[in-house]
Amino acid sequence: MPNITMVDALNEALRQSLREDDRVMIMGEDIGQLGGSFRVTEGLVAEFGDSRVIDTPLAESGIVGTAIGLALYGFRPVVEIQFDGFVYSALDQIISHCAKYRFRTRGALCLPLVVRIPFGGGIGAVEHHSESPEAYFAHTAGLKVVAPATPLDAFGLLRAAIRDPDPVIFLEPKSCYWGRQKADLEAAPTELGKARVAVEGTDVTIVAYGPTVKVALEAATLAADEGVSCEVIDLRALSPLDGVTLCESAARTGRTVVVHEASVTGGMGAEIASRIMESSFFSLRAPVVRVGGYDVPYPPARNEEAFLPSATRVLNAVHQVWEA
Amino acid sequence: MSLSASSRVAKTEEGREEAPSLSALLFSPEKSPAEPFQILRPDGSLDPDTEDFVDLGPEQLLELHRLMVVARILDEESMNLQRQGELGVYTPVRGQEAAQVGSAYALEDGDWVFPYGREHAVALTRGIDMADVLHLFRGTWHGGLWDFRAFGMAPYCIPVATQVPHAVGFALGAKLDGASLAVVAYFGDGAVSKGDFHEAANMAGVWSVPVVLFCQNNQYAISLPLAKQTAAASLAGKATGYGFPGVRVDGNDVLAVHAATREALARAREGKGPTLIEAVTYRLGPHSTADDPSRYRSSSETDRWERLDPIPRFTTFLEGRALLTKDLRESHVADGKQKAVRLREAIVGAPAGPDVRIFDDVYGRRTPTLEAQRASFLSFPPEA
Repeated sequence: MPNITMVDALNEALRQSLREDDRVMIMGEDIGQLGGSFRVTEGLVAEFGDSRVIDTPLAESGIVGTAIGLALYGFRPVVEIQFDGFVYSALDQIISHCAKYRFRTRGALCLPLVVRIPFGGGIGAVEHHSESPEAYFAHTAGLKVVAPATPLDAFGLLRAAIRDPDPVIFLEPKSCYWGRQKADLEAAPTELGKARVAVEGTDVTIVAYGPTVKVALEAATLAADEGVSCEVIDLRALSPLDGVTLCESAARTGRTVVVHEASVTGGMGAEIASRIMESSFFSLRAPVVRVGGYDVPYPPARNEEAFLPSATRVLNAVHQVWEA
Repeated sequence: MSLSASSRVAKTEEGREEAPSLSALLFSPEKSPAEPFQILRPDGSLDPDTEDFVDLGPEQLLELHRLMVVARILDEESMNLQRQGELGVYTPVRGQEAAQVGSAYALEDGDWVFPYGREHAVALTRGIDMADVLHLFRGTWHGGLWDFRAFGMAPYCIPVATQVPHAVGFALGAKLDGASLAVVAYFGDGAVSKGDFHEAANMAGVWSVPVVLFCQNNQYAISLPLAKQTAAASLAGKATGYGFPGVRVDGNDVLAVHAATREALARAREGKGPTLIEAVTYRLGPHSTADDPSRYRSSSETDRWERLDPIPRFTTFLEGRALLTKDLRESHVADGKQKAVRLREAIVGAPAGPDVRIFDDVYGRRTPTLEAQRASFLSFPPEA
C-alpha cells in the first residue's frame, strides 16, 4: 500500500480524472509549468498539454467566470485558487452564478465545476494565506462544500467532486498537505456528503473537518488516558451536511464538542450545534461546546499556535461537557 | 489546438490605390477612435464612402426593418404591462433597436449570446418569444423561460459585467473544441468600468478567443453619464490595452452595426481573436420602470437623440429605394401589433403564487434538508 501525502493523492485524483474524461480540464495561476504553488498539479501539463492544463492570467474573478463559460460549453473545469484569502475576489462569480445557474435555468444549464482552494492556517504564512471561508460557501444554496482531512479522502472526494454535476468548493487543508498515510486508493470514498467516524467512542462526540480532525484525534487520545471515550467524526462535507451521522452520534453520547479553525461566531459550529439541538435536545446531557478561532482576523504568525484550536483546548472542552 | 499559438491582426496591406476593405477600415490601428463608423446617415441617405460595405439583399433589409418595428411595439406593450401591474419592473430597449437587431442579425445559428438585461431585441432577432423574456420581470422565474441551448442565448445577467467572463470562457471552449462558432457578449457603458469586464477582455485577448465584446454605449448607466463613468476618449479605444481591435460604430445605424458585427464575427471564426465593438446609441427611455430620467437629463438632450432614432432613418432609406412599400410598412406594424396582443395574452393572467419547483433545481438531486423544507413549504397553503 503506498504511503502517500495529500498532495500526492490530489495529484493522482486529478491525473486519473484527466485521463478518464477528456472534458475535464484544470486551470489556475501557476498550475502548469510550476506545478502549482503547493505542487498539487505537478507533471500534469507535461502529460496533458496546455489546452487541458491552463496557466491563467492573474484574476480570480475572471478565472472562475471563464470556468463558468467553459462549463456551459460542455467542459468540466477544475479551478485552483492559489490561496484561501484570494477567493474573495471571485465570490461574486461563485455566489451569484456558480450557485445559481442551475436554479436560474430550471436545470437546463448546469455547472459541473470544482473550485479547489488550499485553506486554513498552521503554516506560518503572511496575511490572507490562512483563511477559513467555508461558512460563506456552506451558507450559499446551490454550492456543495467538501473538506477532506486525509490523503485517502482527498483522493476519493476530489474524484467524486469532479464527477458531480453540481459546483463543488473543494477545501484542501494546507497544514495537512504533507502528512503521510498508507492508503489503498481502491478503498477511497466515492460519495460526497457522507461523514466518516474516524474513531468510535461512547462518552463524548468530537466533530471536526479538514485541519482540525488531527487535533480532535489528539484530544481523543489524551481523553482516553483519563478514561473518557471520545468518538471523532470527520464531517468531510459541510454542504450537504451529514446530519444523520452527526445527530445519531450526538444523541448517543449526549455530549458534543465541535472544532474548527474558523472564527467561532457564525462559523459552521453554530450550524452543527443547531442541528444537534433540533434533533436530539432531549438526549443531550450538556450544551454543545464549540472550539474555534477567536473572533479576530487571522492573526500574525507569531500568534498562530495560540489562536488555532489545540488538543489542549479541545480536551478542555471535553472536560466541560463531561463534567456538566 | 494549443493556446500557445496566439493570433495577431494582419497589418493593413500596402497598395492604397485600392479602396480599403471594411476589415482594414475598421481594424486599422491608425483609425481615430472618435469617428463612429457609419453607413446610414440620420437623414436616411447612405454615406458614399461606406455604402458598398452593405452586404444585404432586399429581403434581408426588410427583415431588419420588421424586427426593429416589432421590437419597438413590443417594448411599448411591455411598458404598458408593467404600468398595469403585470410586471414588477421592466427595462425598456427603446432607441437601441438598431444596435441589437443589427448585431444579432449577423449571428449564425450555432453562435451564442451572453446578454446583460435589456437585450429584448436581440432575443426577438434570435427567434425567442418575448413572453419568455417578460416572465423574468413578472417574477415567474429568474432566468426567463426560453430554451437557452436551442436559441444559443444565456439567461439575462444582472450583476453588471459578470457575463463577460462567461462569454469568454464559452468562446475558449469553442476554440479548444475546434468548433467554428462565435460568441457575443452584450453589455453597456457602465459595465466597462467593472473589474470583470477588464479581466474577461484581458483573457479574451491573451487566449485569442472567438468572441465579440459588444458594448451598447447608450450614454447612461442609470443616472451616470458617460463623462462621469470614464476619462477615456472612447470605450472602443480601451481595446488597445487588451491587444485586439476596438471599433466605434454609430449604434443607431443598423447597416453599420450589422456590417461591423459581421466583420468581427468573421475575424473570430477565422481564428483572429476578439473585437470590442462600441455601438454609440442612446437610451431613449428610463433605465427601468423604477427610474426617473428627468432627474438627471434634459428634455433637449433627449429631443436631440429622438431625431437620431434608428427606425425612421432606416424607413426613409428603404422607402427612398422603393424597397419598403406602404403595404409592407403596414404589415410590419401589423405584425408588431399582433405579437403585442399575443404577448399580453401570455402575460396577463399567467400563474402567479408560490411554485414548489424552487426546491427542484438547487442541486441535481434534492438533499434531505431540502426534502424536509419542501414538505414544510407545501404545508403552508397560499393565503387566499
